[in-house]
Amino acid sequence: MVGRMSTSSENSKLNYILHLADNSLILGQRLGEWCGHGPVLEQDIALTNIALDLIGQARYFYQYAALTDNRGKSEDHYPYFRGEREFKNFLLLEQPNMDWAYTMARQFYYDSYCFVMYTEMLKSKDEQLVSIASKAIKEVSYHLKYSSEWVIRMGDGTEESHEKVQNAVNDLWEYCGEFFETTQYESEMIEQGIAVDASKLKEKWLRSVGEIFNEATLIMPEGKWFQTGGKEGVHTENLGYILTDLQYIQKTMPGLSW
Amino acid sequence: MAISKEAIYKTLSTVVDPEIPVITIEELGILKNVEIEGDKVIVFITPTYSGCPAMNMIELEMRTALLAEGIQKFEIKTVLFPPWTTDWISDSGLQKMKAFGIAPPEKTSRSKRVLFGETINVECPQCGSTNTEMVSRFGSTACKAMYRCLDCKEPFDYFKCL
Ligand SMILES: [Zn+2]
Repeated sequence: MVGRMSTSSENSKLNYILHLADNSLILGQRLGEWCGHGPVLEQDIALTNIALDLIGQARYFYQYAALTDNRGKSEDHYPYFRGEREFKNFLLLEQPNMDWAYTMARQFYYDSYCFVMYTEMLKSKDEQLVSIASKAIKEVSYHLKYSSEWVIRMGDGTEESHEKVQNAVNDLWEYCGEFFETTQYESEMIEQGIAVDASKLKEKWLRSVGEIFNEATLIMPEGKWFQTGGKEGVHTENLGYILTDLQYIQKTMPGLSW
Repeated sequence: MAISKEAIYKTLSTVVDPEIPVITIEELGILKNVEIEGDKVIVFITPTYSGCPAMNMIELEMRTALLAEGIQKFEIKTVLFPPWTTDWISDSGLQKMKAFGIAPPEKTSRSKRVLFGETINVECPQCGSTNTEMVSRFGSTACKAMYRCLDCKEPFDYFKCL
């Protein structure tokens, strides 16, 4: 079919872009919570730097969502005025910071995923997604280097740091299965060569995570059961609290700007 | 249109990076191109890092510069592809950076390893010694890492390769 995409196809594309945007936004917001609370100044600065990259990437996706959406919304509509059920981020990314081991384990799982996912996205038929991926992958490579180093440093560190990071990777494991699930909006976009078929990335992801765990003397979790739903708007209780914080000003004084 | 695109480009090329005020956006490779469509000026820029807060400031200064030239109808468009790389920083930009006290980035064409922060022999911008070590992968801004010189003992910023 030549010409305009069908409405359902437009919705699928919008949902897919929002899924990508929400991932970056929610993790960026979570990392921002460390600002002023980092264990040492250098790591405080590192996390806020990563958070800024993520929020910058989220903005590219929200701007693209606004162009794709035929309702004429601005990029700010999506982060500030959607409800919890409309957010499509992975459950992993809304999990609380807890301690340094959890924060780094969450970062490492997600950076490893992003690296393989954005590499694949460079082959998308969608020009704008390729542009954003080409920009994001440079930043993600650097984030991955950083989170890998921390996983190794803690895993191959003291008895206490080893135990903490092993517990963190074990606990967060159940949220990683969702990376490789395919929603309906994705399958339509995969068919059109626009979305990345994440179900095909699992082996690569397992291999790269395994290599670092090996170096970190960590045991790869083996759980087969995974908590899913985030991509389709069914979240853990954590997201509500994040959004309350994130959306407070715009909901109290809509349209307020600096 | 009375003003040529070359003249507009020249005006805009004097805008400096608020974080490193000795370097212009042209030297940094942020300013890409100027086009004139009918009576409208279109300026193409490319961001360094996705989350670089200086980009908003740079856009504001570009607006001010255009308005000061009496140009009212313009649009500043952000281009993401091809993604910005530190290889686009001009030689004069690299020299000014060093004089400003920031160790300039290696050319990524020389070694892909530098892209992953595996920098070898970063030269101290104070004393020129290569006996230096990284303190942190992330510095005061997204584009920098923190280093220290083991000879003159001075800490310094290193502009990371991207
Ligand atoms: Zn020195």
